[in-house]
Amino acid sequence: MQVPAQFDYERATGVRHAIALLTRYGPESRLVAGGHSLIPMMKLRIANPETLIDINDLDELTGISITDGALRIGAMVRHAELLDSPLAVEHFPILVDAERVIADPVVRNRGTIGGSLCQADPSEDLSAAFTALHAVAVIEGESGRREVPAREFHTGPYQTVVGDAEILVEVRVPIRTGSGSAYEKVERRVGDWAVAAGGAALWLDGDTVGEVGIGLTAVGAAHFCAPQAEDFLRGGPATEERFAEAGRIAAEHVRPTADQRGPEDYKRHLAGELTTRALRRAAARARGSEA
Amino acid sequence: MQITVTVNGAAHTREVEPRLLLVHFLRDELRLTGTHWGCDTSNCGVCVVQLDGQPVKSCTVLAVMADGREVRTVEGLAGAAGLDPVQQGFSDKHGLQCGFCTPGMMMTCRALLDRNPDPSDTEIRVAISGQICRCTGYENIVRSVRAAAEMERAARVEVEEVQA
Amino acid sequence: MTTTDTTGVDAPGTAPTEVAPTQVCASTPMGYGSMRRKEDARFIRGQGRYLDDIALPGMLHGAILRSPFAHARIVSIDTSAAEAHPKVKAVITGETLAGLGLAWMPTLSHDVQAVLATDKVRFQGQEVAFVVAEDRYAARDALGLIEVDYEPLDAVIDARTALDEGAPVIRDDLDGRTDNHIFDWEAGDAAATDDVFARADVVAECDMLYPRVHPAPMETCGSIASMDPVTGKLVVYTTTQAPHAHRTVYALVAGLPEHKIQIIAPDIGGGFGNKVGIYPGYVCAVVGTIVTGVPVKWVEDRSENLMATSFARDYHMRGEIASTKDGKLLGVRVKVLADHGAFNGTAQPSKMPAGLFHVFSGSYDIAAAHCQVTGVYTNKAPGGVAYACSFRITEAVYLIERLVDVLARDQGWDPAELRMKNLVQPEQFPYTTALGWEYDSGDYPRTLQKALDIAGYAELRREQAEKRERGELMGIGISFFTEAVGAGPRKTMDILGLGMADGAELRVHPTGKAVLRLSCMSQGQGHSTTFAQIVAQELGISPDDIEVVQGDTDQTPFGLGTYASRSTPVSGAATVMVARKVRERAKIVAAAMLEVSPDDLEWEKGRFQVAGDPSASAAIADIAMAAHSDLELPDGVEGHLDATCVYNPPNLTYPCGAYICVVDVDAGTGQVKVRRFIAVDDCGVRINPMIVEGQVHGGLADGVGMALMQLMAFDSDGNHLGASFMDYLLPTAMECPSWELGETVTPSPHHPIGAKGVGESATVGSPPAVVNAVLDAIGVRHADMPLTPAHVWRAMRGDPIRTDLAID
Repeated sequence: MQVPAQFDYERATGVRHAIALLTRYGPESRLVAGGHSLIPMMKLRIANPETLIDINDLDELTGISITDGALRIGAMVRHAELLDSPLAVEHFPILVDAERVIADPVVRNRGTIGGSLCQADPSEDLSAAFTALHAVAVIEGESGRREVPAREFHTGPYQTVVGDAEILVEVRVPIRTGSGSAYEKVERRVGDWAVAAGGAALWLDGDTVGEVGIGLTAVGAAHFCAPQAEDFLRGGPATEERFAEAGRIAAEHVRPTADQRGPEDYKRHLAGELTTRALRRAAARARGSEA
Repeated sequence: MQITVTVNGAAHTREVEPRLLLVHFLRDELRLTGTHWGCDTSNCGVCVVQLDGQPVKSCTVLAVMADGREVRTVEGLAGAAGLDPVQQGFSDKHGLQCGFCTPGMMMTCRALLDRNPDPSDTEIRVAISGQICRCTGYENIVRSVRAAAEMERAARVEVEEVQA
Repeated sequence: MTTTDTTGVDAPGTAPTEVAPTQVCASTPMGYGSMRRKEDARFIRGQGRYLDDIALPGMLHGAILRSPFAHARIVSIDTSAAEAHPKVKAVITGETLAGLGLAWMPTLSHDVQAVLATDKVRFQGQEVAFVVAEDRYAARDALGLIEVDYEPLDAVIDARTALDEGAPVIRDDLDGRTDNHIFDWEAGDAAATDDVFARADVVAECDMLYPRVHPAPMETCGSIASMDPVTGKLVVYTTTQAPHAHRTVYALVAGLPEHKIQIIAPDIGGGFGNKVGIYPGYVCAVVGTIVTGVPVKWVEDRSENLMATSFARDYHMRGEIASTKDGKLLGVRVKVLADHGAFNGTAQPSKMPAGLFHVFSGSYDIAAAHCQVTGVYTNKAPGGVAYACSFRITEAVYLIERLVDVLARDQGWDPAELRMKNLVQPEQFPYTTALGWEYDSGDYPRTLQKALDIAGYAELRREQAEKRERGELMGIGISFFTEAVGAGPRKTMDILGLGMADGAELRVHPTGKAVLRLSCMSQGQGHSTTFAQIVAQELGISPDDIEVVQGDTDQTPFGLGTYASRSTPVSGAATVMVARKVRERAKIVAAAMLEVSPDDLEWEKGRFQVAGDPSASAAIADIAMAAHSDLELPDGVEGHLDATCVYNPPNLTYPCGAYICVVDVDAGTGQVKVRRFIAVDDCGVRINPMIVEGQVHGGLADGVGMALMQLMAFDSDGNHLGASFMDYLLPTAMECPSWELGETVTPSPHHPIGAKGVGESATVGSPPAVVNAVLDAIGVRHADMPLTPAHVWRAMRGDPIRTDLAID
């Protein structure tokens, strides 16, 4: 069995302590939460941190709640907890849709929301879901907290705006009326990374799209979003024809790359197809008419 | 570094390297070889144990991360009263062939029944969907869990009748 | 769900019912039936003892450095830094081995394979150096300290270019080699077949690839070698399906005397053909223990398992089928390009370079058939015959079952009717095929009809038509297979000159408890139970009182082991014969006990009783005690009841089955959902039906996996694109439907209890059913496995993917 190279290990007792440890050990240190992205990479010796800082004891990063008109999800919330969260079901079913298809149930017991977002895999699901929801990431460093929109969080594959001595502490999703959201993923097999996936959030004002968010993953969408399709939909009627057109626009603007999950043309097709399907289901949910 | 992990109710203190994986701590340090390993990428699930009651893949947990926590392995399934109903179900319904994925499957299924005493076939399949079995085609694993649920239901009814 | 039919009278639409295994009761007769497995008591408690569970005193750990290149010349290897690691005890390279004459080892197919590379590396993942260290972590660390200077060479990746003019010569280690050709081989009557095709009304042809797949048992391969420096005895604990064959190979390779080698196969976490061969790591562990003087364990990781150990299939086939205009099949022929990787290391009967592929005329009465197979080297891992393939019958069944469907589609015929019309008829058995096989028994039409009835075939076709009207894609796929399992006979089937026969020894203790020793080796098939049941049936001893010993060459008789579904047909028969020998001895002893002539005794429900006087009788336990006592024994009995036997099968057994798969396909995404799978198997007499059904279940899941997701492609540099379980996807419980099983029973006439093999039937028979269903749903003539969502979507657009190469 493959095993990690040697490293030092520290167990943080609080966010401030974790930041102090990151500062002390520098850029060759890494936070470990669930470890389900990092530890396999360490076994394959693709990742070789000198120090691991364990943040599993950081209770202040746990919990899902409604705070100041927003759904607040702590960075240490495990995937299984978000999947089972009545608050998520009530307000943002896209998160439940996405969680249901992230890895597998045992991995979801351990893997965390923050870990997934910070790993920033270009095929990661929550990045697309939070992008669709216009969520905000809250990041803490030595100088305090700052807020970054989800669609500015990622700076490239496996790269985020979180600094060497910073921690993602929570994600906030503002709650507004008239919303509906959904996530659609094509995978080769249960538990696989997405061939392509699309999430949509709609805020309807009657039959008009007041606000919309579309998140795409695994298809080379910059910042996981489809702004041209969103612009097309915003302010217009929420109709099947326009969802289909939005899918077409989204597909036009993605830059997928071929791999063993599929060729470029197929992934581009899925970007459109899944955008349309997610919009359709999001609208049905917004109208309370989901089949 | 020194860690103390409670495994199947007994506390074990060992000096370990931080990189030691929990699966190797159990197998090599404690010689509890019922927990197996089958891949390097957290995909196969033959290494599943319960960590504070939750099924986890022990190949992707560092032993140091289990310091101060409780681990339950297949060796801790059977109690003084005999086999756990999950074990009995796997035996009764031929839920195993080579036996290599079986401990991990049983630990997950035990946790499932603790949470959901009457799971549907689909719920059982979802619960074990992160674990690969190459022998059974899963059919008899599903039947095994159903049988275990039925045994526990019957036992509950018996207790209720006695109490009544 | 199970539907049983042994009467020959079908009950159409019989509701499948679940049969609960029942404990065999303590009273006689004891024997066949669905009893719980004896071996499960330890497995469910976590008390199985697999290779990596074994820790010998002082044991060291080995790890292998592997080539990152598919084809490269080794310029130099610097092991000094690794040797300086404080926990490293030895670093072994090809140069070290060359000094011992062990750098190359013979394969099972008349070739040699590098143990550790000396001149070149010839596939990505090839073994280059072996580190022995105090613990497994240190051994891994030391691999990173070895520096190898490679000079990369052009690689042969696409098998279809292997014989091109100017292709890089992979095996320049072999004298006089100027190309990558391994063999040409043919079977059948080419002229007669060509004649049939020339006269046929209809010919359908199809190019198809059975892609490279891997058995991927959950336990990887490994070995612990321990050489006693005083006695010179080598004990090898190893993941082997064939312990005795391994011992002989070690003796031949290492020049060690055979009686000083003990092979011990502990519990095996699945084999499926992956654990037949001897891998370089095993030999390295042996060298490791010789060099260090203490036991050395080597266990491969998952990537090593997928990259370097026995793959399966990789057959590029161009098949043709001929028929009359009203659908009578006349002939079938095929040209095969077989990718054998960098070393010809297939594990199959030595005289058959394409294994048993030439059963490809399948289950149909076809007058003429011919195949031509060309084997080539490529820069990929060696292997080719593994993964529950019954020596390449997987490829044969896939070929014919796809061709029949292609023909049906071309002509607008119903694929069930076309099959039914052409199946070999019951009265034709024993049936000699155009390719020379003598099928022993079967009632193919009844088996197919049963599957159609369980499926509700007509209703499914109606549903399909309705769905098509609505634009929904639903497919129904059928396959009918004939397996050929239970190799030998030894005259025609051998491996490395070792004939395929198997031994059994049965010892009956004075109290009537028994020990059965077998040459085969369970990898999960439940030998401890099934073989005890055979003895129980023959002798009237409770299966609980029969210990089955296997997997230790010092404890068991010689035999070729467990693969190609041969345990029940061969070792099962050996068990019957040895039990009957015991019974014959027991009869003589019983006659002495009861003071009658042996001719006056009848065997009845586990006892010998005097004809006409049931009160005068003796059970085996009584007789065993007498045989060990001071009773004066008649001529012909020296004492005791113990016996030995070697069973040389007169023919293969030919199980068959009819499989029907129902799928739904998402037209917008190409995703396939297997909704139903009906499998009616006929494997002759079933000893433990519960175990038989379990074996079928597992094989059906294999078929879903191969048909839909198990992908091992290579990019143009020879990088393996399926080298972990993130990339080589195996089916989970979510992709598998609840299997619907049925059975018919036509006993094998030449097997002593009428049993046939079954372990691989479902793996052999199910892939074409799934593929036929998907292609039926999307209305496409052919697309290769695996039918991933991307591939289905592309196939629907007339642009299928080449699945053996990287998608670009």
